[in-house]
Amino acid sequence: MSLLEIKDLHAEVAGHEILKGVNLTVNAGEVHSIMGPNGSGKSTLAQVLARRETYHVTSGEVLFNGKNLLAMKPEEAACEGMFMAFQYPVEIPGIGNAYFLRSAVNAIRRYRGEDEVDAIDFLPLFRERLKLLDMDEKLMNRSVNEGFSGGEKKRNEILQMAVLEPKLAILDETDSGLDIDALRIVAKGVNAMRSSERAMLVVTHYQRLLNYIVPDVVHVLVDGRIVRSGGPELALELEAKGYGPMEAGGREAIPVSA
Amino acid sequence: MITTVQNLDTYLASFTEFLKAAVGRDIPWLRKLREDAFARFSEIGFPTTHDEDWRFTNVSSIARTEFALARRPADLSEGDFSGWLLDDARARLVFVNGQFAPELSALDSLTEGIIVSSLKAKIAEESGGLEDHLGRYLDIQRDPFCAFNTAFLEDGAFVRIARGTASEKPIHLLFVSTEGDVPTVVHPRNLLLVEREAQTQLIEEYVSLGGGTTLSNSVTELVVGENSTVSHYLIEREHPSALNISTLRIQQDRNANVASHSVLLGGGLVRNNVHPVLAGEGGECLINGLFVGSGKQHLDNYMYVEHASPHASSRQFYNGILDGHSHGVFHGRIIVHKNAQKTDAKQTNRNILLSDDAQINTKPQLEIYADDVKCTHGATIGQIEENALFYLRSRGIEETTARRILLAAFANECVERMNFGAARRHVEQLLEAHLLSMAQPRSPSPAAHRESIERSWTEVG
Repeated sequence: MSLLEIKDLHAEVAGHEILKGVNLTVNAGEVHSIMGPNGSGKSTLAQVLARRETYHVTSGEVLFNGKNLLAMKPEEAACEGMFMAFQYPVEIPGIGNAYFLRSAVNAIRRYRGEDEVDAIDFLPLFRERLKLLDMDEKLMNRSVNEGFSGGEKKRNEILQMAVLEPKLAILDETDSGLDIDALRIVAKGVNAMRSSERAMLVVTHYQRLLNYIVPDVVHVLVDGRIVRSGGPELALELEAKGYGPMEAGGREAIPVSA
Repeated sequence: MITTVQNLDTYLASFTEFLKAAVGRDIPWLRKLREDAFARFSEIGFPTTHDEDWRFTNVSSIARTEFALARRPADLSEGDFSGWLLDDARARLVFVNGQFAPELSALDSLTEGIIVSSLKAKIAEESGGLEDHLGRYLDIQRDPFCAFNTAFLEDGAFVRIARGTASEKPIHLLFVSTEGDVPTVVHPRNLLLVEREAQTQLIEEYVSLGGGTTLSNSVTELVVGENSTVSHYLIEREHPSALNISTLRIQQDRNANVASHSVLLGGGLVRNNVHPVLAGEGGECLINGLFVGSGKQHLDNYMYVEHASPHASSRQFYNGILDGHSHGVFHGRIIVHKNAQKTDAKQTNRNILLSDDAQINTKPQLEIYADDVKCTHGATIGQIEENALFYLRSRGIEETTARRILLAAFANECVERMNFGAARRHVEQLLEAHLLSMAQPRSPSPAAHRESIERSWTEVG
């Protein structure tokens, strides 16, 4: 059974159809990249999978671990092992980072029928993950993302992923706005989390990130459909030729060879 | 337009009756204080919404009701109160229907330099320097409720902190209203004197035993000497049918540092007046508040901040959370007198409306007669931020919990301005229980799609 199976997914936002029949299968252990021009539906796909309610699915099916993802609330999807690193992480004044993360860990543990962890038990894992992301412990006593730099916010997203240990991690344009040092740190964190149990969906506009996080499969999303799929070399081709040829060309998806 | 029929004659009868038996009836200055106050009250009557200071709060229900002076029920035991008592207080004074209840109070751990007693006892003894302070700060000309209180003043708390004394644990003043057969009124009157270079914390808390129409019309005069530090907490958590008008009049001497924290959770019609006068140079005043309304609650916060000396600063921060058909008011007046140069006054009011029918009126009013001052004010009105809610939920946190966390974060902006200690812990516990009930998810209404109301104004003068 595949970890994620998307079948003919159509979705709209505020009455506009954005996804026009997406098909995608992701197995545990794989890293897939979704590339595409602005407005192609990359972020919409990420938001639909994270179960954002403002994105309305009109038809299609998504199975996550064999369960109907589209019937899940955002928190249920998260508890089932879904994680999305936000393109624009939200600042939440008045809630400490550490408190927020521990609340999330415990919410997921409760869902799975496991015992909650207290602040002291939580600390060792937390410290280890902080080190992985090269983050200052002081950031954890501050409010969630409040006053963080762009790079700190993105690292904080990966830190959350590292602590929550999801089955499927979606990185929604995590690289946008990052300088090369921050990009390396983020990539290091992501690569450390790669495992045979876990899959990743790396949504990006730029090929640059894929030099650091090398995907198994690259998909090109144009106008709400996946128009091409291939190996990592496809990303390089896009970098050289741009999306132009594919936007103009065939609408038929070219299946990736198994 | 509804004309309010004010039945002040009934109060003349009860005032005449009251004066015959009141403690201190033979003390000339006190008699005059009461009589002058009653004369003023009779002259102006209850305010109407034509009065600018009462524009958003209609008290015609109070004006129309005949309130009898509440009596103290005899059959109360400590068990009825156990849920309200703080473990960690320096002293506790309990007042039932405005009258001191010694058997429920705790005054045995007072240390040197701290005097805590009922005002009635001090009046009976003619001690405590009452004549120099009682009624000397309050403006009975401007506010009829203050005149009403002063006419009927008899009991309440008397606290005196001697020069150089520090009492870190709070002094807890608990006011209990009990349900009666008829609508009843009480006029608690507190005199809190903090001498120079002293420090203390005071909690004034209002609770109900049973429902019924009860009016609490309290006045607290808080006099803070040079270089002293005082935190005052007002906690209102009465029954939804309770009416509560309170006035905190703060007199601050040179370099005195005062924090007024108001936490309004209960009561049906609540008016919280805070009136500090920064009379000495270099004083600092923090006026911090949180009001949380649901059902048909009306919670009015009226600030009247007077800068009367140079180099003083005041900070007003009020956050409101309003649900159901509740109505909140923030009316912040800042008056900078002519010689109060280098005044630094700031005012911020932030609000979250949880329902389409909740309402907030927020109004700044700056009157500046000095020319070298810094005054800023701002207000925001919004809803629970959907982005933040989704962010929490996307990490596995269930919706009700996520909403509670976000409301608590908003409330915490106020809590974090309180010093660590028993008073703050008490507030935190009250809030935790209270906010949980307001965090239930809402089914989306058509109005939820309308453009979210977001207003903000800032002005520097």
